[in-house]
Amino acid sequence: MAVWRAARERFPVVAFSIALLAAWEAAVRLLDVPKYLLPAPSGILNALIASMATLVAVHTPVTLAEAGVGLLMALAAGVVTGGAVHAFPLARRTVYPLLVVSQTVPVMVLAPLLVIWFGYGALPKLLLVAIACYFPIAVAVVDGLDSADAGMLKLLRSMGARPWQQFIMVKVPAALSSLFTGLRVAASYAVMAAVVAEWMGAEAGLGTFIVRSAHSFRTEHVFAGIVLVSLYSVGLFVVVDAVRRRALPWEIYLREDTWHRQDSQHRAPVEYPSQGGSWE
Amino acid sequence: MAKLSVRQLTKAYVERGRRLPVLNAVSFEAHAGEFVAVIGPSGCGKSTLFEIVCGLLAADAGTVEVDGEQVMGRPGWVAYMPQDDLLFPWRRLIDNVIVPLEIKGMRKEAARARALEWLPVFGLAGFEEAYPSQLSGGMRKRAALLRTFLTERDIVALDEPFGALDAHTRRKMHSWLADVHARLGRTILLITHDVEEALVLADRVIVLSRRPARVVFELAVDLPRPRDVLSPAFAAFKGALLERLADGKEGIASPVPDGVGPPWAVRLPATEGGGKR
Ligand SMILES: Nc1ncnc2c1ncn2[C@@H]1O[C@H](COP(=O)(O)OP(=O)(O)OP(=O)(O)O)[C@@H](O)[C@H]1O
Ligand SMILES: [Mg+2]
Repeated sequence: MAVWRAARERFPVVAFSIALLAAWEAAVRLLDVPKYLLPAPSGILNALIASMATLVAVHTPVTLAEAGVGLLMALAAGVVTGGAVHAFPLARRTVYPLLVVSQTVPVMVLAPLLVIWFGYGALPKLLLVAIACYFPIAVAVVDGLDSADAGMLKLLRSMGARPWQQFIMVKVPAALSSLFTGLRVAASYAVMAAVVAEWMGAEAGLGTFIVRSAHSFRTEHVFAGIVLVSLYSVGLFVVVDAVRRRALPWEIYLREDTWHRQDSQHRAPVEYPSQGGSWE
Repeated sequence: MAKLSVRQLTKAYVERGRRLPVLNAVSFEAHAGEFVAVIGPSGCGKSTLFEIVCGLLAADAGTVEVDGEQVMGRPGWVAYMPQDDLLFPWRRLIDNVIVPLEIKGMRKEAARARALEWLPVFGLAGFEEAYPSQLSGGMRKRAALLRTFLTERDIVALDEPFGALDAHTRRKMHSWLADVHARLGRTILLITHDVEEALVLADRVIVLSRRPARVVFELAVDLPRPRDVLSPAFAAFKGALLERLADGKEGIASPVPDGVGPPWAVRLPATEGGGKR
């Protein structure tokens, strides 16, 4: 039932995408476009299938490892510095303004510099991913910790809670939603940063595959690489969202009103007793 | 000796150089097991008074004593229920109400077991696994109330616990709170806008003036319990209180027991035959 509903909801976008691909295919064939300029979707699919073995076995693990490990490094660094900025007024006045400003700097321009400093190994790739992902995470942590409800903290103080108890009981949970929002943005940067870093020179990875194919005008293979990069980027995004749902189970109920209108099946997650106990 | 003694509290908020006087020499006392209601116009400083009593805020002048000990600016003596329920949206009901027990260092399982026994009394049985956003407004208030009672202090300060509830739910909560008060014997302070609520629940009503708040008069509610809102005696008290609130005059000179409160405090005699049920 729910599956059928979901399918029906997605039908327009799926149909539209298929129509676009069909138009592309037809245009390329009818206009006889050279395939090194713009290959047809069928050609891209063939290239994808032909290179699938090396793509999956050789290039994918490298790129995904760079993106994943870099993202985790950014997470660790972002949580630590975000916590420090929240806790120490001096850090807030010195580090935080730089954090906010540096968000607007396109960190990809650092790639050549990282090559000069660290060569062609894994380190500069991890660093570029980590730097790209770090800023949205750090800022999200600071914002999340700052957004903790003053009234809740007051209530805890009235109960005699110590500062660390206030931190664990209110600030951390309040910061988690914000952290995951930052993590989502960071996840969409991670694969891209890994690919850009590989362009600077690498043994393997999807970025390497794409530039090598481009140099030899195998445009179908360039597209095949792009397709995979996009898939992995979306995949990482989905993983972050899945972890969020596991880690913050209460959030779906906060949106209950909207959910209710869409699908009544999402309601009544607890077994309500017919009577409110001894109340009546 | 009074359980809680508040003397000459004066407080002004200072914001961007502007001074907003909120409390003007507020004094009152509450005896052990007494139920004291505080009534005053909106924005007069009631919540501020409670924050000071709960040690969350220091007054500019005056003292707060619990059992004769100075507690100004030291939280942990009074169980506080803020005006908003402030349940944590990330905790299920049961884990929300055990927060004060956890703070005291009790293990989670033990705290849950203790709280579970109280759920039926608070009309929350069966809802322990629900998140606050799944509860009705009345249930959230009751959960916040249970959390306040599990704070296990001799003194309880409730800031408009039943505001924003419909009349029917409110009435049920009243009889329930009166019952809890009788059973647990805690000293309760209650802020309310509702004259009837004050008279149904309290042993004594303290009326505050407009901001900056001072105690305008005190009314000892000598009515038998449970209070019957339809009895003539109740109506007499209500009429007197409303009249006094409306004319704004400060009370007639009439001493209150053991010299508590200002000299103009008024004390109405209980009408005979009233308040039976
Ligand atoms: N932290 C604060 N800083 C500055 N002004 C404040 C602060 N808290 C309250 N006030 C002001 O002090 C006055 C008294 O506020 P308070 O919340 O104590 O009133 P109240 O009697 O509880 O009102 P209500 O009946 O609406 O709950 C109000 O004018 C309010 O704007
Ligand atoms: Mg208030």
